[in-house]
Parts: sequence; C-alpha cells; structure tokens
Amino acid sequence: MMHFDNWLPIFIVMSSLVPGLLIFFLREGSHRTRTILNLLGAFLKLLLVGVMIWGVFHERVYETQFLIAPGLEFRLHADALSVLFVTLSTVLWLVTTVYAIGYLENSPHRSRFFGFFSLCVTATVGLALAGNLFTFLIFYEVLTLVTYPLVAHRGTPEAIRGARIYLAYTLAGGVVLLFGIIWLKSLVGTVAFVQGGILSAVDPALYPQLKIIFLLLMIGLGVKAAIVPLHGWLPKAMVAPAPVSALLHAVAVVKAGAFGIVRVIYDVYGVEFAHELGLLIALGIAASITIIYGSVRALSQDNLKGRLAYSTVSQVSYIALGATILGPIASIGGVVHLVHQGIMKITLFFAAGNYAETLGIHKVSEMNGVGKRMPGTTLAFTVGALGMIGVPPVAGFITKWYLGLGALDAGIGQWILPVLLLSSLLNAAYFLPILYRAWFKDSEDKWPDEMIPARTLETHGSLLWPPIITAILALAVGLFAAAPYSPLEWSQLIAFREYGQ
Amino acid sequence: MTDAMVWAILIPLLGGLLAVMFPRFSGLTGIISATTMVIASLILLTLVASQGPQVYLIGGWSAGLGISLYADGVSSLLLLMTALIALCVSIYAISYFRHSNLGKHYWPLWMLLLSALAAMLLATDLFNIYVTLELLGIAAVALTALDGKRPAVEAAIRYLVLGLLGSLAFLAGVALLYSGYGTLDLATLATRIQPGATSWAAAALMTAGLLIKSALFPMHFWLPPAHANAPAPVSAALSALVVKAAFYLVLRLWLDLFGLSLSGWTSSLIGLLGAAAVLWGAWSALQAERLKVLAAYSTVAQIGYLFIFLALIMEMPEGMQRQETITGLMLMALAHGFAKSAFFLSAGVIQHRQGHDRIDELAGSAQAMPITTFTLALAGISLIGLPISGAFLGKWQLIEGALYLQHWLLALVVLSGSLLASAYVFRVLGKAFGQAPYPGRVLSNGMQEIPAMALALIATLVLGLASSPVWPFLEYTVISGRAG
Repeated sequence: MMHFDNWLPIFIVMSSLVPGLLIFFLREGSHRTRTILNLLGAFLKLLLVGVMIWGVFHERVYETQFLIAPGLEFRLHADALSVLFVTLSTVLWLVTTVYAIGYLENSPHRSRFFGFFSLCVTATVGLALAGNLFTFLIFYEVLTLVTYPLVAHRGTPEAIRGARIYLAYTLAGGVVLLFGIIWLKSLVGTVAFVQGGILSAVDPALYPQLKIIFLLLMIGLGVKAAIVPLHGWLPKAMVAPAPVSALLHAVAVVKAGAFGIVRVIYDVYGVEFAHELGLLIALGIAASITIIYGSVRALSQDNLKGRLAYSTVSQVSYIALGATILGPIASIGGVVHLVHQGIMKITLFFAAGNYAETLGIHKVSEMNGVGKRMPGTTLAFTVGALGMIGVPPVAGFITKWYLGLGALDAGIGQWILPVLLLSSLLNAAYFLPILYRAWFKDSEDKWPDEMIPARTLETHGSLLWPPIITAILALAVGLFAAAPYSPLEWSQLIAFREYGQ
Repeated sequence: MTDAMVWAILIPLLGGLLAVMFPRFSGLTGIISATTMVIASLILLTLVASQGPQVYLIGGWSAGLGISLYADGVSSLLLLMTALIALCVSIYAISYFRHSNLGKHYWPLWMLLLSALAAMLLATDLFNIYVTLELLGIAAVALTALDGKRPAVEAAIRYLVLGLLGSLAFLAGVALLYSGYGTLDLATLATRIQPGATSWAAAALMTAGLLIKSALFPMHFWLPPAHANAPAPVSAALSALVVKAAFYLVLRLWLDLFGLSLSGWTSSLIGLLGAAAVLWGAWSALQAERLKVLAAYSTVAQIGYLFIFLALIMEMPEGMQRQETITGLMLMALAHGFAKSAFFLSAGVIQHRQGHDRIDELAGSAQAMPITTFTLALAGISLIGLPISGAFLGKWQLIEGALYLQHWLLALVVLSGSLLASAYVFRVLGKAFGQAPYPGRVLSNGMQEIPAMALALIATLVLGLASSPVWPFLEYTVISGRAG
C-alpha cells in the first residue's frame, strides 16, 4: 500500500492532466463545463500544493518512484525548490486561466486551447517535481510538445512560422540535453537530484568529460531559458495569444529552462564542485551578457510584446546569474527571482493583452494617454515595470539587492555590480518612456481598434482583475518579504539547505 | 495449454479458407482470427511467465522427426504485437473495403499473411522458417498489388523479384548448413555449429537474404514504392510486421547460431549500414511529397535503428548492459510496430476522405479530422523517439549502449536521426494549425479512427509508461537453451 505522501506528487500532476484530457473532448459550445473543469482543477491543485508546502516545511518526504524501463527510474520528489516552482505555477495558472477564459471568448478552437493549456501546466509541475534528470527530461520534452499547439494557435502564417522556429530551437535543445544526460549517467551511473550534488566523489580523471557534459546540459536548458545566443525563438513565439505568452514567459517554458539550470548546479553538480571546475564563472559570463544584450535589444522594440519578450531574455538570466555566484546570499537572490520575475512578467503580459484586446494597441507608440482610458490596467503595468527596474518596494528590488550583496560577499562585486547597475539603467530606459506616454501624454483622437467599450469597468472583468491581482502580489511579496512562507523566506530555506547551514 | 501456439497458426489459416468460400463473412472471420491470435499469445505469455520458454511437438513426434514449435518471451511478445495490430487493422479494413470489391481478395491473403507470421515466430527449424518466409513473401506481394493500378503492380513485381532473391540466398545458406551439420533444427544446430568456412558462408548468405527482406540500406529501394502504393491496411501490416519479421530472424540467427562465426567487422558493417539507413531514410522522408511515402521512408530509418542495436548487442559482453540494450531493442521494435501501423492507418483515413495524401495540401483536412491528426501526432512522437513513448526508452538504451562501447559516432547518428524525424513529423503536423473552422465533432469515421488511435496509444502511453510487466519477457533466451 502506498501512503498518501507517495501519492501527493502524482495527485498534483493529475489535477491538471485529467481536466486537460477531458476538455479535449468537449464541444466548442460547452463553455460552462469547460470553465468548471478548468477552475476545479486549478483550485484542487492549489489545495494539494498547500498541503505540500506545509509538509515540506516540516521536512516530510513526498516521493514516488518506479522503474519505467530497466535501469531507468521515474521519480517524483518534493523538496523546497520544487515546491517553490510548483506553487508559482499553480497560482499563476489559476490567474491565467481566468484571464484566458475572458480573452478567448468567442474565438475558435477553445477546447483545443484549454486542453493544451492544462497539459502545459501539467508538464511544468511535473518537471518541478522531478526527482532525477531522466524524469525532468521527460516533462521537459512534453512541455515542448504541448506548448507548440499553443504558440501556433491562431493559425496565421506568422503564428505557424513562429511555432516552427520555437519547435526547431527547443527540440534541438532537447536532443543536446538528452545526450548530456545519458553521457552523465553512463559516467556516474545515476542522475538523481541530491542536495549538494552527486559528483564530488567522482574520479578526477573524468573532470574534463564532466565539463563538456555541463556545457551540453547548459545548451539544452539554455535554449528554453533563452540564454544568448540560444534565445532566437523567444521574440518569434510572442505571436501566441496573450495568455500563452504570459504563461510561457512567466511560468512554463522560459522558467523550465532556468529552473533546470538551478537544479543542475545545485543538485547534480553541487554548487561548490561546479565552482571548483570553473563552470560557474563561464555560465555567469554568459548570463551577464544575456542580461545586457536583452535589455539593449528591448530598447529598440516598438512592438510592446516584443519589448517585453526581450525584457524576459534579460530578466530570466538573473536566475542563472544568482546560481553562479558562490554563497547563499546570491543563491537566495537567484532563486527568489524565479518567483518574482514570474509575477511581474505575467502582470506586464496581461496588461499588454488588455491593451490589444480592448483598444487594439500593439505598439508602444500607440500608448499615449492610455492611462486615463484604462487606469486599472495601466496601474498594474506600472507596478510590474517599476518592479523590473528594481524600484523598492516591488519584488524586483529584493532580487537585485540580494544578488548585489551576494556578489560582494563572494568577492566578485567588481564585475557583477556594474552588470546589475547597467541593466537597471537599461530597464529604466525602456520601461519609463512607456509609463510616461501612458500617464502624461495626451491621447490621440481615436484608439487603433476599440473593441471593448468602457462601461463601469475599463474592459471585461476577467481581463481586468488578473493583472490587478498579480500586481498586488508583486507588491506584497516585496513589502512582506520577511513574512513566513514568503518567496524570500522560502528561498532562504532552499539556499541554507543547499549550503548546509 | 501450449496448444495455443497451434491455434495462433491454424485459426488464421482456416479463416483464410473460409473467407474464400464465404466472402460475405470474410470481415467477421478476420476479426475472429485476429482475436484468437490475441488470446493465444496472451495464454502463451502467461505460460512463459510462469514456466519459462514453451515447446510444443506437433503430433507428439520429437524434434528432428516432426515439427516442433517454440515460444519464449521475445517471440510470444512479438506474436502479441502482431495479433493486436492484426485486430486493429482488421477492424479498420472492414470499413476501408466496405465500398469496394477488393475486399474479397484482401481477406484470404491477409489471413494467410497472419498465419505465416505466427508460424515464423514460433518455428524452430530452418526449413520451416524458409517455408514461412516464402509464404509471407507471396502473400505480401499479392497484397501490395491488390488495387491493380500500375504503380502498385510495378512496385509489387519489384518486391516479388527481390523477395525471391532474398529467399533463394536464404535457402542456399540453409542447404549449406544441412550439408555441413546434418540437421536443420535450430537447437541441435546451435550445439554442433563450429566457426569456419561453412558456417561463415551460410551466415553470409542467410543474412544477405534477410537484409533484402528487412530492407536495410542500401537494399531498401524496393520498400518505399511497395509500402506507399498498397492500400492503407496493407501498408500498415507490411511496414509494421513483415519487415520486422525478417529482422527478427536475423536477430535469432545471429544471437543463437552465428554468434561465434561472425567476426567483429561484420557487426561493425551492420551497424554502419544501420546508421546510413537512419540518416538516409529520415532524409528521404523529409523530401517526400506524399504522406505514405514519408511513412515508408520512415520505416527504412527505423529499421536502421534496429540494426544499430544488433551491432551493439553483438559487441557487448554478457551482463546487465547487454540485457538492457536488448530490452531497448525490443521496446523500439514494438513501439515502431504500433506507431507505424497507426501512422499508415491514419494516412489511409486522410487519403480516403481527400482522395489524395499530398502533404502540402493537407491544411484543411487536418482540422476536419481532429482524432486522426491527434493519432498522427502520437505516432509521430513515437517515431521521433520523444517522451512519452516506448521508442524514447528504446532510444535512451541505444545511446547509452553506444556510449558504453565508446561508439560516439553511432550515438550522434541516433541523435541526428531524431532531429530529422522531428523535422518530417512536424512538417505534417504543422498543417494542423490553419485557420479552418472547427468541424463540430471529434470523430469523422470511428471504425477507422478508433483502431488507429488505439495503436498509437499503445506505442506511446502504454509502452512509454506502463511497460514494466513486459520486461521479464524481454529477457532474451537463446533458443538452444531449451530442452530437447
């Protein structure tokens, strides 16, 4: 008999899988059944995750494993890091589902959309709970497959092309990752995630091979994490509907890559061992280049979603950067950014979607005076943007603070701090003009394509509330960062467990 | 209970005869035959699981005098795969041939093919194997030519000639072995065979014959036209079963008989040809203009993987790694059987509805048939070797085996093969996302779409997640290890 604790990870995965599969078979018109299934799954998952948070904090072990083929173990395991990511996905999935229901009203192929949407979260939660690289890879690849239909959803030639580019990048990355993992397994016999890594006892003669494997793993994960020069798909994939972009940039795909990088460094190589091999410096440089490059490219994008996409390229690499700086303080900054970037970025994409759906605004240059017409949305956007820049007390400030402190602590402040500073300046340079236009410039006579008229609310309720809620969240996790169970607190737990303190 | 082996062979044969006499009920006899095979192979599997490999002496005559049958994990599992695919294909064929008079030719030949397949999997004697090989070849050729159109007939004639060439080479090898060792019984032969000129020449002849039949690069050129021009239920059976049966014989002969006679370079050569097949097959599939041509070239590539497996297994010392690699080979073979038959059946659904299967013009049809598109997607995932599928696990073992033997190049070939396969699979699936409206219902032709979907689900979810009850059977047992 398996105990409930063994079943919990499976239940969490199932709670979006089952509704997703059922939704595929619904007729287009059965709006209500679909909504009920979606929300039921989302709330059930939230409940189960709540149980898991409590349990992991009290050091309960939630674990399921079985042999899937001789020598290959399928393993789900909840530790503090996976719980952090699972919670983020679950909360944001709930919000995004509500948003998507409003956003896609009356558009075709909704059953297909919501089916794959649920599978997308299933894969994300699965890879968050994966207990070894083999299981991680399974969900990582499934994630690629189930997001492809979402990116292609609109069916325009542009969407199909974007989806194909997305697929080419991610499948190629997947193959590299597969090769790296199998190579690693054939060298050391296991690919389990263990706190502090599994490699410190390996024969030094194998070190050169381990370095190459690390490179392969980082390439495989870096494609999804959009590390330069592997980021090419991300700006193309923004042709997807806004809820998909929101989920892709904040939770699912990009984060899966970043999460994988953190996992490999902390639980496969072990941060100290990776540092000894000199691997962290190399990755740190790549991450720094990405941070600057993404911001520079964002400056010149007039398309709002394009600007946000390049901003993602830049911001996600903070997570990798945090993982490459030796010492618990920077680790906290990196890990907590997994959550912070997610909440802030999803707010920004929701807002961008609202502008497009309500007024037909797709470009930054069309945003003059939009703050008066859509104050709620623009307020949410402002919170997100200020957070990205790193203005206290929004969440992003906490991240940058810890990264900077950590770099000083590790004695490499002289080149990390300039990166952080420059990137914040660039963030300000591409976000502040938007805010200025939105709040202080006068609007043109007519909006590009006003589809939803202003009544009591500036747009549909299910479009308006999600960004407001996530903006409040972004403020709250910054303001109450020291509260128990806050992302920061939880990241400290992760970092101290990793560094054995 | 070992009678099950006889039933698996006789019932389809009888069914074939009945189908000739009562064409009106031929579909029903087809279903009954296939169902009998499913039940028989399940019985065999439980027997093998509880008591190990099974021997059945027909008429009670001992080996050497009478005909005996033999089933171990590998052969009974392949028999189960054959039976399940046969069942799904038969259900599909009833609907497929409903409005044409080709059915009355199809059913007798189809059941003859099944009977020959079952007999080949269970045979213990090289002469019987030769006979089943010929029967299988003839039934397959006749089925290929079924619709009587020019491209199909041309392909069938080429198939016939090459098939005969293959059988002749095989027969010559059999004759050599008989003159050298005085027996054709595999088990006895395995104890007597010595490395030397005779066994080497026999191995070369028999292998060459079987390589033609299993369409290993560069002997694959007959396959694409034959598989692409046959009616869909036939293509499915040819690609999933017939080609693989020839591979099964190579596996048996190499592991059981010729292991010692073949020097290292022969297995390297096979591995090299396998690698070439993977790349060439996948590359050609990428160029294909028609869905069924694509599927046929994909079979060429997939057969390549099986031969790479074989090369690695021949090189490996006994032990865990070898056993895992053999498991991987079997998973790969099973997954391909299910996935490829699902793919061909779906291609048939599309062809039936559209009147063509040109890939560039699939855009609207992909939306009109969500289930068929979904089936193609699942089968495609298995062909690429992505999770969740049996082929993913198989490929993992293949790469791990290649790295174990330090064959870096082979590992890279396998990985590139996956990339090429993704390219050709998603070339098709990309058509599913045009702006055509939703059809309003999920199924358009249940009798054809459900069997295809079932096969695709077996290839992906069942083999990819729940294949653990099957592994004990994947443990390869040498045929000479049996009593008698």
